[in-house]
Amino acid sequence: MYKKIDENDINYLRSFLPKERILTGDEISNDYAHDELGGIESLPEVLIYPLSTEEVSEIMRYAYEHDIPVVARGSGTDLVGAAVALHGGIMICTKMMDHILELDENNLTVTVEPGVLLMDLQAYVEEHDFLYPPDPGEKSATIGGNISTNAGGMRAVKYGVTRDYVRGLTVVLPDGRIEQFGSKCVKSSSGYDLKDLIIGSEGTLCIITEAILKIVPLPEQSVSMLLPFPSMEKAIEVVPELIRSKASLTAIEYMSLDTILSAEQFLGKKFPDTNFEAYILLTFDGNDLSQIEKEYTKVADLCLSMGAIDGYFVDTEERKKSVWSARGAFLEAINASTDEMDECDVVVPKSRISDFIKYTHEVSKEVGIRIPSFGHAGDGNLHIYICRDSRPEEEWKDKLNKAFDLLYARAREYGGQVSGEHGIGYAKKEYLKKQLGEDQIELMRNIKKVFDPKNLLNPDKVI
Amino acid sequence: MFKIIVCIKQVPGTTHVNIDPVTGTLIRDGVAAKMNPYDLEALELGLTLAKDNEGTLTVLSMGPDGALSVIREAIYMGAQEGVLLSDRKFGGADVLATSYTLSEGIKAIGDHDLIITGKQTTDGDTAQVGSELAEHLGIPHLANVRSVKVHDGKLNCVYSLDQKTVTADIDLPCLICTDSGINTPRLPSYRRKLEYGDAKEQIRIFHFTDMEDQDESHYGLKGSATKVEKIFEPEKKAEKQMYTEGDLSEKTYEILKENKFI
Repeated sequence: MYKKIDENDINYLRSFLPKERILTGDEISNDYAHDELGGIESLPEVLIYPLSTEEVSEIMRYAYEHDIPVVARGSGTDLVGAAVALHGGIMICTKMMDHILELDENNLTVTVEPGVLLMDLQAYVEEHDFLYPPDPGEKSATIGGNISTNAGGMRAVKYGVTRDYVRGLTVVLPDGRIEQFGSKCVKSSSGYDLKDLIIGSEGTLCIITEAILKIVPLPEQSVSMLLPFPSMEKAIEVVPELIRSKASLTAIEYMSLDTILSAEQFLGKKFPDTNFEAYILLTFDGNDLSQIEKEYTKVADLCLSMGAIDGYFVDTEERKKSVWSARGAFLEAINASTDEMDECDVVVPKSRISDFIKYTHEVSKEVGIRIPSFGHAGDGNLHIYICRDSRPEEEWKDKLNKAFDLLYARAREYGGQVSGEHGIGYAKKEYLKKQLGEDQIELMRNIKKVFDPKNLLNPDKVI
Repeated sequence: MFKIIVCIKQVPGTTHVNIDPVTGTLIRDGVAAKMNPYDLEALELGLTLAKDNEGTLTVLSMGPDGALSVIREAIYMGAQEGVLLSDRKFGGADVLATSYTLSEGIKAIGDHDLIITGKQTTDGDTAQVGSELAEHLGIPHLANVRSVKVHDGKLNCVYSLDQKTVTADIDLPCLICTDSGINTPRLPSYRRKLEYGDAKEQIRIFHFTDMEDQDESHYGLKGSATKVEKIFEPEKKAEKQMYTEGDLSEKTYEILKENKFI
């Protein structure tokens, strides 16, 4: 059993933390009881905003000694309950640890605190002509959160995911010890890679307090192309051909008219084109505009030959903003279009993406529920939303479970994974178990025990 | 046939431009260029009007040959034709000389019903060329126009006047300057690019010799009443302040008022 926090605990924590950075009881906003999707609610007993690794270490040392559970949280933009304090205890919010500590142009790294927002990091490195390639849609997420879920995003087709850009991590272990995993070095063949174990562990093994991230020179040119199609079927049939065409694409996103119209309503801003049923959005980047022109000409001709109505250029800051800001708001827009929703963030092999999107349409008909989707067609990661649309509780749960069972079963059949980038958290544990089997889950449990023998860090998550 | 002319300008493609420390002018060489974003809104309004009134749309720009790329872009967006006013004698023009040259260019184009300009440019930022152009042409004009309709030979305009929205009918031909944020401009079409290529047949280039007024002192640097002494980058402030206690809405209001944002 975990210890409930009492006056003594609060007095101790207040002995080294100023009043304004430690909140208790009614002082804690209900926002901290849930994540962005709000599937599960539970408030922490104490909410702390630390400023340094040493403060986190002292909090953990005390919590470990007194059996108090601890959950780390960034912006709380997750969708699977990973940042919810299921057992109360202490919540460590990293949002005041938001400093960019160093830009190392000799090693091509940037060192940051975990509370730095993705949008601030991207803007900072771009000002210095560098690119931090991971580009999840949720730009107000923290880097700590991105690392904890191994977030992917829209440029994964060419650049890979967060894991590919983490060089080193400073972490606080559950008993308060401070360790550094990894380094600025490009290579390492030096024992088990603990840094990689932490990436994607959703705050269950340790707390990240600093990260060394890899950056790349900023490509001088980036052009997107928006291709309208008369139907979603026609649009997604193009995707395998695009991959086979060997074109150097940075992003391949798909979106339906319904989702775009929801985003228009949500943002109160018009999308540049809403005349067709489905769209594919492509991005090309590099330093040589003539090479990019060759690439998009090849790809646009291929798409036109396969039924694209046209190809629209998205080549200036304003045009990129008008298209990509809508793309970035799809999740919130679908959420605003219904009273409740749940999401399925499966990833399937790229060769199966069009089959899987078609399957979501079949499931929608079979179960009788609205299932809008959008996502990263180029890397096989879909974002599928089951919408409640005012159904009574029992019917909603029944239809939701049926839809999830069908979708996850088909993803397993295709050799897919439960989550592409949003993580497992609390909500997807059962599906992870089904996917991986008892042996693998047991291995994970044993790893958790080595790091956190008292099971204090983000308990009941992932496994 | 309802004839619309939309004035467009090529501007630097990014806000990160350098300033020549000696001349104090923008260094444009080697900097990617694009169509002035405000002009895209004017163009979108024009294209919609042309479609609704079975009209034609001509884009007009002044600049070196490089400005042909924004005229082509306008054609890929749906304009029927483009005119570039290009001559060394037009160089170094201020608002007065620019608007005068454009008015001469419009005379050379011939008949028209409506001229549309954007709110301002992102490089010059004066927001005066449109109004001065109308004065040179001696036609009525309105600025900050948010929407328009053509009816009974007049243009019904909704425009912003500080905190008021006004509706007015003005006689055609006339000139309107669009307000910002009135629409989301359509994107240039790959199919139209395939169809028109470098759009040689759709684009005409007018030089000084094509102008009705052959007095050189009315154009370019010679025709300019003002001179830019120096351009400099304003100081950037990156300081952050955090408030966590007290009435935060009241505090926010005070800070905004103190800094004259409201």
